[in-house]
Amino acid sequence: MKHFRLGQQEIVFAVFAALFLAFSIFLKGFLTADNMLTLLQNVAVLGILGLAMAVVVIGRGIDLSLIASLAVPGGLVLQMVQNGHSLHASLLAAGVLAVAIGLVNGWLIAYAEVPPLFATLATGLFVAGLGQAALFQLDVVQWSDGMAGFERLGQGSILGIPTSIVMFAIAAIAVFVLLRQTRWGAFIYAVGDNAFAARVTGIPSRPIVVLQYVLAAVIGCFAGLVMAASVNSMPTRIFNSTMIYDVILVVVLGGIGLSGGRGGVVNVIIGTLLIGTMLNGMTILDIPYAGQNLIKGVVLLIAVITDTILNPRNEETAQQGDI
Amino acid sequence: MRDTLTRLRYRYWPDHLLGEILSKRWTETAVPVLLLLIVGFALSRVLEHFLSPASLADTARQAGEIGFIGLGMALVVIVGGIDLSVGSMFALTDFCALYLLDVLNWPVPAVVVATMVVGGLLGAVNGLLIGYLRLRAFIATLITLIIYRSAFDLLIQRYSNAIASSLPDIPSWDFIGGGDVLGIPSVALLYVVVAIVGHVFLTRLRPGWHITAIGGSRRSAYNSGIPVRRTIALCYVASGVLTSIGALFFAARLGTVGGDIGVGLEVIVLTATVLGGITLGGGKGSVVKSLVGVLIVLLMTNGLTAMNARGGVNRMALATILLAAAMVDIRWQKNRTRIISKVYVAPTYHALPPPPPTEIGKGGPFEQNDKLRDVSLIGLGRIEAPEDVILDRNDVLYAGSRHGDIIRFYPPDYERMEVFAHIGGQPLGMAFDSQDNLYVCIGGMGLYRIAPEGTVEKATDETNRSLYSVNDDSRLRLADDLDITDDGLIFFSEATVRYEMDEWPIDGLEARGNGRIICYDTKSGTTQTVLRGLKFPNGVAVASDGQSILFAETFGCSIKRYWFAGPKKGAVETVMDNLPGYPDNINLASDGNYWLALVGMRSPSLDLAWKMPGFRRRMAKRVPIDEWLFPNINTGCVVKFNEQGQILESLWDLKGVNHPMITSMREHRGYLYLGGIANNRIGRIKLENADPDFVHYDRRWRRHS
Repeated sequence: MKHFRLGQQEIVFAVFAALFLAFSIFLKGFLTADNMLTLLQNVAVLGILGLAMAVVVIGRGIDLSLIASLAVPGGLVLQMVQNGHSLHASLLAAGVLAVAIGLVNGWLIAYAEVPPLFATLATGLFVAGLGQAALFQLDVVQWSDGMAGFERLGQGSILGIPTSIVMFAIAAIAVFVLLRQTRWGAFIYAVGDNAFAARVTGIPSRPIVVLQYVLAAVIGCFAGLVMAASVNSMPTRIFNSTMIYDVILVVVLGGIGLSGGRGGVVNVIIGTLLIGTMLNGMTILDIPYAGQNLIKGVVLLIAVITDTILNPRNEETAQQGDI
Repeated sequence: MRDTLTRLRYRYWPDHLLGEILSKRWTETAVPVLLLLIVGFALSRVLEHFLSPASLADTARQAGEIGFIGLGMALVVIVGGIDLSVGSMFALTDFCALYLLDVLNWPVPAVVVATMVVGGLLGAVNGLLIGYLRLRAFIATLITLIIYRSAFDLLIQRYSNAIASSLPDIPSWDFIGGGDVLGIPSVALLYVVVAIVGHVFLTRLRPGWHITAIGGSRRSAYNSGIPVRRTIALCYVASGVLTSIGALFFAARLGTVGGDIGVGLEVIVLTATVLGGITLGGGKGSVVKSLVGVLIVLLMTNGLTAMNARGGVNRMALATILLAAAMVDIRWQKNRTRIISKVYVAPTYHALPPPPPTEIGKGGPFEQNDKLRDVSLIGLGRIEAPEDVILDRNDVLYAGSRHGDIIRFYPPDYERMEVFAHIGGQPLGMAFDSQDNLYVCIGGMGLYRIAPEGTVEKATDETNRSLYSVNDDSRLRLADDLDITDDGLIFFSEATVRYEMDEWPIDGLEARGNGRIICYDTKSGTTQTVLRGLKFPNGVAVASDGQSILFAETFGCSIKRYWFAGPKKGAVETVMDNLPGYPDNINLASDGNYWLALVGMRSPSLDLAWKMPGFRRRMAKRVPIDEWLFPNINTGCVVKFNEQGQILESLWDLKGVNHPMITSMREHRGYLYLGGIANNRIGRIKLENADPDFVHYDRRWRRHS
């Protein structure tokens, strides 16, 4: 008989299923094709960011500069085009900036051995400051004519599916292939599971850490472009919001442990769906924003507590410094 | 000329202080404090009014408010967690205080108490989740951050107008917000009090140690019976209460409940905590670090705002300094012990004239012979490291062992062996007092007393602390040999105050006067250091006048005499110097002269190296320790000398088979018993022309058996 173990992933999925079912039955207009697409569209950017965070968290890190990687390179494209540069040059500049952010993060964490929480906190602050001080003229960078055509990245639909969802799917498949089909992906898992063992085995653990953060920054930049295309502007103040916490929740609720080496793309999708369903249902119910957050928090708390009760952490095997 | 310069340079330049200062725990805070000084200095140069009382008072007010939250965060981080919800708790308790005061019109003391209770409850939720339900701190406080924040948002939608419209004028409330005592803001005063209490709590009290222990290793703490869950939960409660205190002062100062209160506060506090040097992951941290971190962050943000920097530049500067400081601090923490081990050994100049000859045929008192050839062996392979040996009037032989035991062998054949007493440490010199108590110097522990029936008592393990010493030298590290005067004063040597028992040869490499002679008064129970700055003082014996002691300086290669009473009280005279070896224990001989063990013989290479401190320092830095040039302690001899400093006789073991290493010897009824700290045996040899009734401590106490 196969023993079914109720892990966090299953619990979150069950909560998602229960919510989905309840909303479908009791909420008029929830279970319609249109609404489903809206639901997914609203969380596509969050999902892409979740993928970026997942790569880092699997490698036992965390990237708090993700929102800066989303806002600043994306905003840079819009600003440069506005200033008369070509779209290609602007995209190239944004890509270079994103890679640079990732490299700096990775170097700080892998080589200078600054704790990830602190290093990415500081680089995020730095990049956001850079955008504010040197790159953007206004807090909200506006769309300009030079960007024509680029909005298709976030608007319209392909084969009836909204483009932002397609972008999420593309990103998910790319990250899935990277993590599961390539040697580098396997190395990321190895480093996240036990960095010392990985190092002893001969895995280039430091370059792998750098790779994680570069990937995260590039995916974050991609999310920024999708977001800018879908709303036709880049509100750079997004850095001040609590969005980064939502991203972490997507990843953690989906079942990717912060101690690293566990989980994958499926977990991000589950986490994204849960958040998306909740937000969508509550929007239909017309609950104010603060109330939505409160309910979201309580549901999350219940999910995490259930997981802890069903799968208690072992005092003997708990990793030191695992906060 | 060059020698003189080297001598003066090493005599007056305190090389040893660097290593001692670095090995102090408080130097861990050095980098953050340095950064604080740099930031403070830079700002005072750039900004005109930075150091004006008004500006300082304003900074102190903000520092106090954030400082309280920082203390809570420090506690939580030290216990191995993190509290991201402080910003939201700050907002909620701020609202709570103003709501109670402005809307419900509660009296101020009730408001203060209620707000702190609310803060404690909010923290208790975190504590329950993390301590008892064992959620991950990061996730749990992230979720409570969102929940508390949305609760705050809902509450201010309803009540912000009511709070904004009332402006209570209560003196005590105003004092909390803007009052001061002698120019020092109320919040800063309370912060100082709480910080001092917190420091004592963390460093001196049991619960504080529990917190550090849990953060250092949760598993070990759990296994050693510390209430892990409760302690963790209480830390989060404390974080909530401290946050609410900060919020109270904030509420009293500004009286507003804007929507963005406390947003991002967790980032500021976390930054301050890490910047102060409190390691994420737990186990390390202090109140001072928390304070320094808060001050740095606050000074920088305030300074940059005052310089009218654009928001973005402000952020960039903050991030750059944070990263630079974190990198330096991490390097420093990581390499500190390595640096200490490199610089701790601080050799000094030590010149000795060429030693007197010992070779056969050269003549002189030290000429080698083979008198120890016929030493018979006691306890071969059954005892380890008998540094000293002593016999009582029933001919029972006592010796220390490496395992911390006092072993005794029974006459007549000394085959039967038993453990007389177990003390621990490394038993070294021994002496009987007039009541037949055995006093033993224990390396690593101090001076101990064993009653005739075998009960062990501590005599002393500390002395008065030197005023100018960086190392705390009040504890005894290496008590070595002792003798007892007629008045019940026990004079004992402490070989070095800079090294532990297991690394004593390194002291010889340094050749600085690190040792001292200490006096323990058996009547009053007091301990006093009487002589300092001796080069590894070792053997001690009371001289014939009863007013002075003879003591050996091992690495000074000399015997000195110190008067503790009588007309020459306090004087120190050299009895013999430039010995050919390193003198160890001194004991009385039956003819009124003294036996002296030479633990090792001098070698030209070390004599030369002693004149070249730079060479030895380079060696200690660059060469692994097992390749160092150490004093030779493999061969030695026993000599007899008198108080005039003449050598009367020397006993050698030429082949070096039976008893090559000698650290002590004791004459007893016509025999000489030999001990050696690296030996697995005790030697015994018949002496010519010795008093067959001589029992050392019966002679000392004028008793005849």
